Amino acid sequence: MSPLSLELALGVLGLVLLLVESFTRVPRKTLAYGAIGGLTLALLILVFGGASGQAPGMEEFYAVDALALFYKGLALVATIATIVLSLEYAPVVNQYVATYPEKHKEAGLGEFFSLPVFVCVGMMVMASAKDLITIFVALELVTVSFYVLVAYMRRSAASLEAGVKYLILGALSTGLLIYGLAWLYGMTGALTLEDIAKSLKHWEGSTAPLLFAAALVIAGLGFKVGAVPFHIWVPDVYQGAPTPVTAFLSVGSKAAGFIVLTRVVETFLAEGSAIAQPISHVLLVLGGATILLGNLAAIAQTNFKRLLAYSSIAHAGYLLIVLGCSPAGGTGLTPGQIAAFYLATYLPMTFICFLLLSVARAQGLGEEIASLRGLALSNPKLGMAVTLALASLAGLPLTAGFMGKFLVIFATVLDGLYPYLAIAVIGAAVGFYYYFRVILSLYSKTEGEAAPVKLKLGLPSVVLLVLFTASIVVMGVYPDSVRKALGDKGAAKAHVATAVEKH
Amino acid sequence: MSPLEIIILLPLLAAIAIWLGAPGRATALGASVVNLLLVAGLFVQYRGDKSVEGFMAYKNSHEVLSSPKIAFAVGADGVSLTLALLTVLVTLAAVWATTSKERLHYGASLLISCGALGAFLCTDVFFLYAFHELALIPTFLMIALYGHGEKRQAAWRITIYLGVGSLVLLAGLLGVVWYCRPPGGELTFDLLTLMQHPLKADAPYAQYAPANFFVLLVGFGTLVSLFPFHSWAAPAYAAAPTPVAMLHSGVLKKFGLYGLIRIALPLLPDAAKTPWVQDALLYMLLGNILVIGFVTLYQTRLDTMLANSSVMHMGYIFLGIAAGNAIGTNGAVLLMFGHGISVALLFMICGRLRNQLGTLEFSKLGGLAKNAPFLSLVFGIAAFASIGLPGLANFSGEVMIFFSTFVNFRPSEGFTFLQVATILSLWGVVISAVYMLRAYRKLFFGQAASGLYVSDPGYGLRVPMILLVAALLIVGVYPASLLQVIDASLGTLFAAK
Repeated sequence: MSPLSLELALGVLGLVLLLVESFTRVPRKTLAYGAIGGLTLALLILVFGGASGQAPGMEEFYAVDALALFYKGLALVATIATIVLSLEYAPVVNQYVATYPEKHKEAGLGEFFSLPVFVCVGMMVMASAKDLITIFVALELVTVSFYVLVAYMRRSAASLEAGVKYLILGALSTGLLIYGLAWLYGMTGALTLEDIAKSLKHWEGSTAPLLFAAALVIAGLGFKVGAVPFHIWVPDVYQGAPTPVTAFLSVGSKAAGFIVLTRVVETFLAEGSAIAQPISHVLLVLGGATILLGNLAAIAQTNFKRLLAYSSIAHAGYLLIVLGCSPAGGTGLTPGQIAAFYLATYLPMTFICFLLLSVARAQGLGEEIASLRGLALSNPKLGMAVTLALASLAGLPLTAGFMGKFLVIFATVLDGLYPYLAIAVIGAAVGFYYYFRVILSLYSKTEGEAAPVKLKLGLPSVVLLVLFTASIVVMGVYPDSVRKALGDKGAAKAHVATAVEKH
Repeated sequence: MSPLEIIILLPLLAAIAIWLGAPGRATALGASVVNLLLVAGLFVQYRGDKSVEGFMAYKNSHEVLSSPKIAFAVGADGVSLTLALLTVLVTLAAVWATTSKERLHYGASLLISCGALGAFLCTDVFFLYAFHELALIPTFLMIALYGHGEKRQAAWRITIYLGVGSLVLLAGLLGVVWYCRPPGGELTFDLLTLMQHPLKADAPYAQYAPANFFVLLVGFGTLVSLFPFHSWAAPAYAAAPTPVAMLHSGVLKKFGLYGLIRIALPLLPDAAKTPWVQDALLYMLLGNILVIGFVTLYQTRLDTMLANSSVMHMGYIFLGIAAGNAIGTNGAVLLMFGHGISVALLFMICGRLRNQLGTLEFSKLGGLAKNAPFLSLVFGIAAFASIGLPGLANFSGEVMIFFSTFVNFRPSEGFTFLQVATILSLWGVVISAVYMLRAYRKLFFGQAASGLYVSDPGYGLRVPMILLVAALLIVGVYPASLLQVIDASLGTLFAAK
C-alpha cells in the first residue's frame, strides 16, 4: 500500500461521512464512531508497516521517512482523541448550534465530527511535504478546516470572536509564509527543500535576501506554532474555540507546524549552509522569548483553558530552542527527533487536561480553575490521571513531560548555550507553580461547600484516558518505546546529508 | 530481577493498590514491614559476604533509552544499603504514626518512600535524579492540603525551591555526564561507567571541574538546605503533617548528601580540593551551624525549633564531606543515619503533642512527663542523640567528622581554614545542647500547665518508637555495625586516588 493512498482513503472517509450526514438519518454519534473506526484502522495500518516504503515518482516532493511516519501517527492519534472529546462535548455544541436544542438533540453535530478527518489528512500530507508547494497546500487544508472548527458554535459570541481572530491573523500569517516561499524560490530557483539546501551550500554573494526570505517563512510558521511575538491570537482563540477544537489546535496544528518547521530548519541549518548561524540564532532568541512570555503570562491566569493556552506557548518555546541547536549535537538524537519526541509526550498530557475541561463544561461546570475545586476528591481516578498529566506538563521525572524537557535541556548543555539553558530552567520552575496550583485546586475542599460534582465519562473517553495515562508513564520510564519509532540517528542524519550531497 | 527492584517498587505498588481501593493502613503497614525485612536481610547478607568487595552488589539493569544510554539500573553498596535501611525504618515509623483515616495519607508516605529508595539504590544518574523528584508531588500535596499554620505558603516555598534546586542539579549532572563520558564519545548515564573516567586534574577538561562541582554543590545543597539555600526547610517541616515531616527531614533530605558522596566526589575528585570551592563550602556550612544555630535558640515553638535544628545539623555532615577523606565521609554517612532516625523520632513525638494539645508554644507547656513518662523518655533519648551524647548513634558520626578535619594537620604550619571552621563549628554542639535541653526541661518537667494533658501511646503504638530508639542505641554502642559496611564501600573511593 503506497503511503499516499492512506491519505487518500482518509479523504474519502471524510467525504463519505459528510454525505451520510446530509442524506441519511443515522444518529450523529454513529458518524463519530465511524470516524474513530476509520482513523483507528489507518493508525493500525501505519503502525504495522502497511504504509511504509517510498511512493514511486514522488520522491522529489513527498518524503516517507521515519519522522514523516511518526508525525502521521501523531496526527491520527490527535484526531481520534479530538473526536472522542467531541463526543463528550456534543451537548455544548448542540446548545450553541441548533435553533431548538431541546428538540433536536443532534442538530449541527455532523460536520463537527467529520471536519477533523480533513484536518488529519492535511496534517498527514504536511508530515511528508518536502517541497514548497506541497507544504503550502497541506498547511492551507489544515488551516481552513480549523477556521470552520474554531467558529463552529455560531451562537456563542466567544466562539465567533475566536473564529474571526483566527481567520484574520491566520490569513496574515499565510500571506507572510507564501511571500517568504516566493522569495526563497526566487533566490534559489528551487522548489524542493533538497535543491534549496544544495543551493544554500554553494551560495555566493549576499545572504541578506536569503535571510529576508527565511525570516518571512519563520514568521509565517511562527504564527502556526504560536511563537512569540506571533502568539497574540493563541489565548483568545484557545479560550473561545470549542474545547475539543482547542485541544486539536494545541496538539495537532502545533505538531503540523513543527514538522514543517523542522524540515525547513534542517534545510537552513544543513552542513555548510550560508545562513546557518543567523537562523540558529533567530530560533534560539524566539524560543527563549516564547518560554519566558508563555510561562510568566500563565501565572496570572484564573481560567484553566487560558492557562493551557499560555502553557502551550511556553512548550513551543522549548521546541524552538531545540530546533536552534546544532544538528550534530551530542545527545544521540537530531534536534528534529527531539522535537518529535517532545510533541509525542505533549499529546497525551494535553488531551487529558482538555478531556477534563470538555467533560466538566458539558456537565455544567465552568472552565475557571476555581470551579474545578475538589473534583479529584469526588472523581479519584480521573483526578489521578489529570494530576499525572499536570505533573507531566510541569516536567516531573518519570513522566513523559520530563523526558521531553530533559532532552531539550541536554541538547542546550551540550551546545554550550548557557543563557538559553538558564531560561529553560527558569521557565520550568515557573511551570511548577502554575501547574501545581491547578493540582492543589483539584484536591482542595472548603468546609461547608457543596460536594463536588461526580462526572460521568463515556466508554471511549475512559479508554482514551487509560491509554493516555499509561503512555505518559511508559514514555517517562521507557522512552525507547517512542525513540525507536523515530528511526536511528544515523538514518536521520543521512537523510539530511543526502539532501546536501546528492547534488 | 534483583531484590533491589522489589524493594523500590513495593511501596509504589502498594500506593497504587491503596489508590485503587485497598485498605490504607493495613496495606501500607504490610508493605513497610516487608520492605524493612528485605532491606535488613540484604544488609546482613552484604555484611557477611566478604566477596562483594567490588563496588555494587545486587546489580541489575534494563535499558530504557538506547542513545543517549539510560538504563533503569539498580545496585547497592554499603552506603546505599545504610541509607535504604534508614528509609525503611523511618517509613515504617511514619506509616505507623499516621493518625488520619484518609487513604491519601498512606499512599503519599509510600510514594515518598519509593522516591527515596529509588534515589539511593539506582546506579543510573538519570533514575537516581528522577526518583528523588518523584517524591516532590506527594510532599507538596500533603503539606498544602493537610499541613498546619501557613501551610500553603510553606508548600509553595518548598516546591519552588526544590524545583529550581533540582534543575540546577540537573544541569550539573548533565555536565558530569558530558565530561566523564567514556572515550569514543558515547554518552551514558550509567554511574559505574562514568566512574571509570573521573575528571582528574590532568584531564583535558579539568579546568571546568571546579565550576561543575560548584553547580552540583548548589543543586544538591539546596535539597539539603545548605545555607543560604535553606529558607524553605524550617517552614516546610513546621507546617508538614507528621509522617511527611519525618520522611522528608529524616530521609529525603539525605539525598543531596548522598549525591555529593556518590556522584560529585568520585567523578570530580580533584575539584572538591580547589581552594575556592572548599572555602565556599566551609562558609556555607558555618552558616548552617552558627547562623541557624542562633536562629534555633530563639524559636518559641517546638516544631519550628526542631525544623531549624534539623537544618543546623546538616552543617556537620557537610563538614565531613569537606574534609575529603575516608574518616570524614564515613562519619558523614554515619551521622546521616543517626540524624535521620533521631529527627524522625522527634517529629513523631512533636506530632503526638500537637494532636493532643493543639499548641506547641513553649510558654504554654510544661510538666508533661507526669502523665506521659514513656513519651518523655523517648523524647529525651532522641534529644540526647541529636545533640551528640555518647552511646547514641549521632555521637560516633560527629566525633569522626571532627577528627577527620585534623588528619592532615601539621602543627608547624598552623591551622588551615578547614580546621578553623571545625573549631568554630564545635560551638554548635554547645548551642544545640542549650536549645534541646531547654526545650526538654520546659516541656516535660517543671510546673505542669493547667488543662493540658498528654497520654502515653498505647502498647501497639510504642513499637515504632522502640524500633527507632533501638536503632539509635545499637549504632551508638556498636558503631561498627554500620561502619564496617560503609567503610568497605567508601574505602575504594579514597583508596583509588
